[in-house]
Amino acid sequence: MSEAIPATRLRIKFAKQGALRYIGHLDLHHIWQRSIRRAALPLVYSQGFHPQPKIQLASALALGFSSQAEVLDIWIEKDAAWDLKKLQKAVPEGIIISDMQEVELRSPALQTMVKSAEYEVTLLDEISDSLLDEKLATLMDAESILRPKRIKKKKRKRFTTVPPTYDLRPLILEMKRIAPQQIFMHLTAQEGATGRPDEVLNEMGISVEAARVERKALNLK
Amino acid sequence: MLTPQEIEARLERVLLTVQKPGRYVGGEYNATHKDWDAIQTKVAFLFPDIYDIGVSNVGMKILYDQINQRDDALAERAYLPWLDFEEVMRENEIPLYALESKHPLVDFDIIGITIPYETLYTNTLNALDLSQIPLKTADRGPEHPLIIAGGHTSTNPEPMWPFIDAYVIGEGEEVIHDIVDVVQQHKMSLREGLQPDAAISHTDGETAASQKDAPRSDMLKKLAQIPGVYVPSLYEARYMDDQTIAEVIPLVEEAPKRVLKRIVAKLPPAPTNFIVPNIKIVHNRATVEVMRGCTRGCRFCHAGFTTRPVRERSVDEVLEAAEKAVESTGFEEVSFLSLSSSDYTGITELVEKVSERFPDEKLSVSLPSLRIESVSLDLMEGLKKRRSAGFTLAPEAATERMRRIINKFITDEQLLETATEIYKRGWTTIKLYFMIGHPSETIEDVQAIADLSKKVLAAGRHTVGGKAKLNLSVGTFAPKPQTAFQWVSVDTFEQINEKQDLLKKELGRGIKLSWTDPEDTVIESFLSRGDRRLSDVIYTAWKNGAKFDAWGDQRRYETWMDAFAEHDLDPTFYTHRQRRVDEIFPWEHISTAVHKKFIFQDYQQSLEGEIRVDCREQCFACGILPIFKDMRRENPGKGWMCPEVKVRKKKMIPVENK
Repeated sequence: MSEAIPATRLRIKFAKQGALRYIGHLDLHHIWQRSIRRAALPLVYSQGFHPQPKIQLASALALGFSSQAEVLDIWIEKDAAWDLKKLQKAVPEGIIISDMQEVELRSPALQTMVKSAEYEVTLLDEISDSLLDEKLATLMDAESILRPKRIKKKKRKRFTTVPPTYDLRPLILEMKRIAPQQIFMHLTAQEGATGRPDEVLNEMGISVEAARVERKALNLK
Repeated sequence: MLTPQEIEARLERVLLTVQKPGRYVGGEYNATHKDWDAIQTKVAFLFPDIYDIGVSNVGMKILYDQINQRDDALAERAYLPWLDFEEVMRENEIPLYALESKHPLVDFDIIGITIPYETLYTNTLNALDLSQIPLKTADRGPEHPLIIAGGHTSTNPEPMWPFIDAYVIGEGEEVIHDIVDVVQQHKMSLREGLQPDAAISHTDGETAASQKDAPRSDMLKKLAQIPGVYVPSLYEARYMDDQTIAEVIPLVEEAPKRVLKRIVAKLPPAPTNFIVPNIKIVHNRATVEVMRGCTRGCRFCHAGFTTRPVRERSVDEVLEAAEKAVESTGFEEVSFLSLSSSDYTGITELVEKVSERFPDEKLSVSLPSLRIESVSLDLMEGLKKRRSAGFTLAPEAATERMRRIINKFITDEQLLETATEIYKRGWTTIKLYFMIGHPSETIEDVQAIADLSKKVLAAGRHTVGGKAKLNLSVGTFAPKPQTAFQWVSVDTFEQINEKQDLLKKELGRGIKLSWTDPEDTVIESFLSRGDRRLSDVIYTAWKNGAKFDAWGDQRRYETWMDAFAEHDLDPTFYTHRQRRVDEIFPWEHISTAVHKKFIFQDYQQSLEGEIRVDCREQCFACGILPIFKDMRRENPGKGWMCPEVKVRKKKMIPVENK
């Protein structure tokens, strides 16, 4: 379908900071649509009864997290002029564009290209280095960490008896303390196998409100 | 009080525990951020409901713009937290703060509260309480912001009198600047006359307190002299033996006997850089006000009486504003706002030109409040390409008798014809607004609503088949102050229930019926025509948990009834009582510039079933023109719908040499 429409595909790398930490994935989609309209970039729309603008965000970021490394692909009319500075002026405070480049029109969908994500976690409540190291070691040494699966409300009824679980351990690629009260996490981020920092924290007995989480890198295939 | 940094630190710890935290963090595109320390006067505008409802309020947007255009003032916004976040705020001692700077509201010089409907009264108290500001004028000192309010409820400000320092009556665009000026002068004089020793030397508590309050009451007296500003604490209400008002009189000479509403002679340039919310809200769209006021004279319509005279913007001005607004917001929808869009002189031209200017078909256009008799075929054709979901018409009544009483006269044939044309052009859903509950209404009049609705749907089915749908919204009439029905009583629960039951029974497949909860109507009714004594009821109801009264699932009718009982007041005195024709109303000292004589005559005509035509055809001398004749004279031509006022012959005055 997309091949039928001549277009230029642009890849935008951006940081998501400040108030935008509290804006969810779907809302971020709308924010980008409006920002692109404000920058007068001619977005390409899908065809059909409800035309949708062609925009792809690489990987959903959990509510409350900031990021230095979000990736977005947009399709604009072929050979239309584009300008990073103009787009930067059109985005709300909290989005900082670091890079904007044309990419191959036929390259695979962004979501399928994401491999893993790196996070930096700052713990807001005091915790000694030794205790933190111990907690990290416990996780890293475990062979498997079974956690209850999150199920969307609509589907929940079907699993009334045994709540399904998943293994968190293989989703953790690397984890270490990088400073007092600061952790580096490298988690998988593939469809169906995405490690969530809040799940890791939770397993360590730390609530996500007591931590500041920032995505530092998103590794693409 | 907490600093913005402290507030942000606390927010970080709690925001993820509440629904939709995006409501509480600001950071929207087009929000104005100014240097707090470099600006002299700080104004916080507060909408006393949640962000989702408040952020699209056009009045607040206009004022936010007006203040932020000044170099010496800044404006920020605040909304109420939803229940979950309110609990968290109270638990963590987070005061209500403004979204832009995160300063607590108490740090501002002025808090301007927009109160468009009465069911926001308890929320207003809750907002002040969350801001840790004393609820009553009498308890506020120099350390507290000036609390001002405005919006449609200001035509009867009495029920809120002890809580609001100053009410703006009428339009706010100009008067807000006058208020800022007075506050600035006051601050300056405080600084100059500051005698730190004097304050300490008073050991007697009472003297110290009155000393402390003196400058604030000076400021209030100055505010009372601004045309269009009502300072309730400078007045006293006296009552007759039968509990009705004897008089409301000023206590100081600075306060005028009657406060006349403020209007602008010409609508100032429309705001275009709308706040673009980062989350989904109720009305996510750009708005251009095309006209203010309405010439139709529907007798139940509060806005119709109180927003006169009609002033229009030119088509070019509207188009330019729409273009700028779409450019600066990226919104997918633009709404042309007025009380009666299809009566706007340039409506057809506007819709045509919108199509030319915005060839991008993804922009949808909405025109609220279309009049059945003035929706032309051309207009429908023009809108067809850009239709938003439905097409709404408001016949209000279904019998000739009722239509004459409320002065909204259309015929069944007109409605059916228009509806057929609408269905024909591809709208599958029409929404009709009807009103029940007028004291002259009989059950036959209600039956007629059901019958007419069925006819409309039948016309739709005949035109487009089974796809045709009809949504019926049946509101219950609540008499409003300053309108032709300010004398009449509200239907009782039994009457309302009987009428609603009939409609529910009669209307079935293909027609979706919605109605107003009778408790909602009753609460709205006693609040809108209440006197000063109602302030105790509002306070007690709030104290006992009443808030979000406009939300069906939050309304606490029993709490309100208990509050009435506690203060030994009878709600039916305000609701189900037909007023004497010579009764003095609690709002008599507030003037919307429409003469009481005219309003009374209109009421009498309603009892006779006499129609008053659109006042563009004939001026009925409602009072606007004599009062604002100078303004009209200076603004000749089509901007105003009132008749022209002739330019006075120039007196012979010596001409200065150039």
